[in-house]
Order: sequence, then C-alpha cells, then structure tokens
Amino acid sequence: MSSGAIVLAILVLGVTVLGFAAARWSGGAINSLEEWALGGRRFGTVVTWFLLGGDLYTAYTFIAVPALAYGAGALAFFAVPYTTIAYPFAFIVMARFWTLAKQRGYVTTADFVHDRFGSRSLELAVALTGVAATMPYIALQLIGMRSVLQRSGLAPTSESALLFLAVAFVLLAAYTFTSGLRAPALIAFVKDTLIYLTVAAALAIIPAKLGGWGAIFLSAQHALAAAPKPSSIILPQPLYFAYSSLAFGSALALFIYPHTVTSVLSAKSAAVIRRNCALLPLYSLLLTFIALLGYCALAAGIRVKDTNLAIPELFARFFPSWFAGVAFAAIVIGALVPAAIMAIGAANLFASNILRTFESRTVRPPVETRVARYLALLVLAGAFVLAVFIRPDFSIDFQLLGGAWILQIFPAVILGMYARRLDPRALLAGWAAGMACGTWMVAASSFKSIFALHAGNAVLAGAAMFYALLVNLAVAGSLSAVLRDRASARFDAICTGEPA
Amino acid sequence: MNRRWWYWLLVIPFAATLVPPIYARMDPQLFGFPFFYWYQILWIALSAAIVFFVYAQTRGRGHE
Repeated sequence: MSSGAIVLAILVLGVTVLGFAAARWSGGAINSLEEWALGGRRFGTVVTWFLLGGDLYTAYTFIAVPALAYGAGALAFFAVPYTTIAYPFAFIVMARFWTLAKQRGYVTTADFVHDRFGSRSLELAVALTGVAATMPYIALQLIGMRSVLQRSGLAPTSESALLFLAVAFVLLAAYTFTSGLRAPALIAFVKDTLIYLTVAAALAIIPAKLGGWGAIFLSAQHALAAAPKPSSIILPQPLYFAYSSLAFGSALALFIYPHTVTSVLSAKSAAVIRRNCALLPLYSLLLTFIALLGYCALAAGIRVKDTNLAIPELFARFFPSWFAGVAFAAIVIGALVPAAIMAIGAANLFASNILRTFESRTVRPPVETRVARYLALLVLAGAFVLAVFIRPDFSIDFQLLGGAWILQIFPAVILGMYARRLDPRALLAGWAAGMACGTWMVAASSFKSIFALHAGNAVLAGAAMFYALLVNLAVAGSLSAVLRDRASARFDAICTGEPA
Repeated sequence: MNRRWWYWLLVIPFAATLVPPIYARMDPQLFGFPFFYWYQILWIALSAAIVFFVYAQTRGRGHE
C-alpha cells in the first residue's frame, strides 16, 4: 500500500473518532430535536463558518466544478458570481429567517410555511421537494468519494472501493445517529484545514511547474478549442444569459436547501449569520482556484474520459504520494460532512413535516428525537442505494433536477417572509407549475441545466431552474391577486415587527 | 440618515457580476489572468467588503 493510501486511511479513521466524541462536545444532553438537529442553536461565528463552509462547498463541488472547467471552459465559472451574490442575499434573508425560526421554534423551512400559511398541503409540498432535492445530493457525495478512492490506491478495484464506501457510510450513519449536527460541526474543522492546505500546496507547486498562469490559460484555450465540442476560456456571447441566470438561480436556491437551513438555524444569533456572510466568501475564493485547477489539468496534458477524475489525476501527478493522501482525505472527509448535514436536514423534514397525521391547525406535540435519528439512518441508506446500485448518471441527472425543484419553494419560503398578500393555494399552484415546467425543461434538454427557449426566430439559452421560477412566480402572483387571501392575518402575527 | 438605506449597497455585487458583457473579455490581463477571471475574483473580495460594511453600519438594531 502506498504512503498516500495510509495517510488517507488514518485521517478518515481519525475523523470517525471525532464524530463519536462530538456527542460530548459543548454541553447539553442530546434529548430534544433542537439539540440533536441544530446543536442546541448555540454555534458562534467560528463554528458556523466552518460548518456552513463544509456544508455549502462539498466534495462534489470540489470535483465537479473543476471537471466542468476541464470539459466546458468558461461556463463552469458561473460558480464565481453564484457564490459571490449568494451572501449579500443571505445577509438580508437568512438573518430574518433565523430570527423568525428562533421566535417560533422552527427547525425546517416547512415549519415556517405551515405556521405562516396554515396550509398542510403547501407544507407537504415544501417538505417533499426538500427531501427529493437532497437525496441525490447525498448520493453524489458518495460518487465523488468513489472516484477519489479508486485513484488513491486505497481501494483500486471497484469491489474494494465499494467495501470502503460501505464501511465509511455505516460509520457516518452511526455518529450522525449519536451526535447529530455536532459531529459534522466538529469534523468540518478538520475538513477545511485539509482543503485549505491542499489548495495552498496545489497553487504553490502546480502553476510554477506548468510555466505560470499565462501559459496555463493559453494551453487550456488551445485544448478547449481543439476538443470535439469546442469551448473557450472566455465566455462567448450566446452563453451570457445562461451564465448569469445559472448564477442567479443557484444563488437563490443555495440557502433554501434543507442542509443549508439546518446549518443556518444552528447559529446562536442572527448576527452570527450576518457576520458569516462577510466571512464565507473566502471559500468562494478557494472554489475559484479549485476550478482553475481544471485548466491546470488541461495544461498538464491530462486526458481522462471521466472528467470527474481530472483533479484526482492532477494531484496524483504533481504531489508526493503522502501528500496526495492528504488531498484525497480532504475530498473524502469533504463528502462526509455535508452528507451528515443533509441526512439530518432531510430527516428533520420527514419527522417534523411529512409524517404528521394531525390537522393543520392543531398545536403539534414536539417531534421525538428518536424518530428523527432513525429517519436520518434511513435517508443515508437510501442515498447509498442510489449511489451504488443505480448508475451514477442517474444521480447526476436527478441532482440537476433537484436544483430546479428546490428553487420552486422560494416563493413560499422566502417571499412568504416579506409579501403579505400571498395566498397558500396560489403558492401551491405556482409550485406545481414550476415543478412541471422545470422537470420538462431539464428532461427536454437531455439533462442539461441550460434550456434553449425559442421565441419566434430568437433563441434564448437560460437556466431551466430560472425559467421554471418565472413560471412559478407568474402563477403564484396572478392567482394571489385574484383569490381573497387567507393568510394575511397570519403574516401580521408572525412576520411584522422585526427589522429587515 | 435612516440606517436602512445602507442595505441598498447590497445590490451592487449583483449588478457587477450578473452582466457578463462587462467582463467577458481577454484584456487587460493581470499576472497572466485574463480580465474575465481577475475581475470576477476581485468581486468576491469587494462583495465581502460591502457586506461587512453594511453589517458594521446596521449592527445593534435588534440584530445583536
């Protein structure tokens, strides 16, 4: 076994111990849902920074974004404006959501929707959308892990990679069960230290060996132009709208994914969220340079069929074996952190919003933590099946659909905090229209995120998720104007009185 | 001045980064980086600075 494989194994075992030890961290017996699922809403600025960083910038992101740059050039860099504007947006919106959640005891977005609109069906729509968008996301974390494992030499054959994945996943499930959100919060410190180390080393070593950034951009341009599907390092004019609508739609969607909401609500104050919106862009900077590693792979002459292997291949070529082990560990642990948070977020939705048999207006008894814990196991098992027994393409397509779907809860969850006149029936109709439209557009463009909208002779390629949101808003807005809304009084009771 | 006005500054990053015609070009280059890249990287930092500024100007009003 190579030294890199040994380093990888040691680091992964180390964080497992940490995951179990997290149950004893920072007081509070884990006997309520708020303790298990939200760490008791007690995390300060630093913990939240690591937790959200580990949550938003997943292993899959670190593999897929440079893979897209490697395969499709400039378009991949929509991730830069996306992760730039997500923060000024969250600064306003998520700070407010945190405040409402704290006041009214919400654990999920669907809790808010139920309270704000008094509609069981809208609550169910929001919760089911969240779960459907999260499952393939967890599966993709596993797929990211698998490509690293095979390259690292720790599990060279697909059977041994599967065995390793299964063991890592059972351990992940076990410490998520015992420690709840505290496990990923603690492990996130290790993950991010390793990621920053890896990227710093990559930037110190690789560009110099390839003749500097000027030469890298030049040879990346040549390689992209010569590909069977030619592209460029400078965004071409026909892709302008696709680029900005992808960035805009993704930014609006980022903070309404269940796992993001879980991390946001675990902060101890709205000020922690606001401060983090100024601090988290450091990860965006990191992501940009990771994306540029895709160009480094092109410049280094790395030619792989599966673009997801471009970055592992680059690390294996330029790093000494033991340090490649550190880099691979960063990616594997970078998959475990968000997978745990996603499982908790989806379990919260299941336990709090889906498995309720009570009338919508009755006062609800608190959810039993035990139920949520077992549901988290179930979610992880489901994602494992999705990742292992079904073709990876399916998870990727499904996750792409998930992105278009999750944005369809935006009107109810986010606009619901600001717009008094929204009617729950109108929102449900808008959601249904947006879901149908988004699904159709993604499927019709053979599972690409960009849909070419034909209007007469003109063609406007834009993000399917964005077009679907427009349909959703048009339906929800116009029906709200027609219907005599039922929920204004609830808005007055819940959403007025606090600043921004 | 009403401190709420500061929130409007948060619109600037959207305007600066969501309009590719501004920056989808090769030149001027900086340290070997085409304009397309260093401009967007610069805006990560500028946007963070704007958010921090707005935070500093508005803190203490029911948020702390």
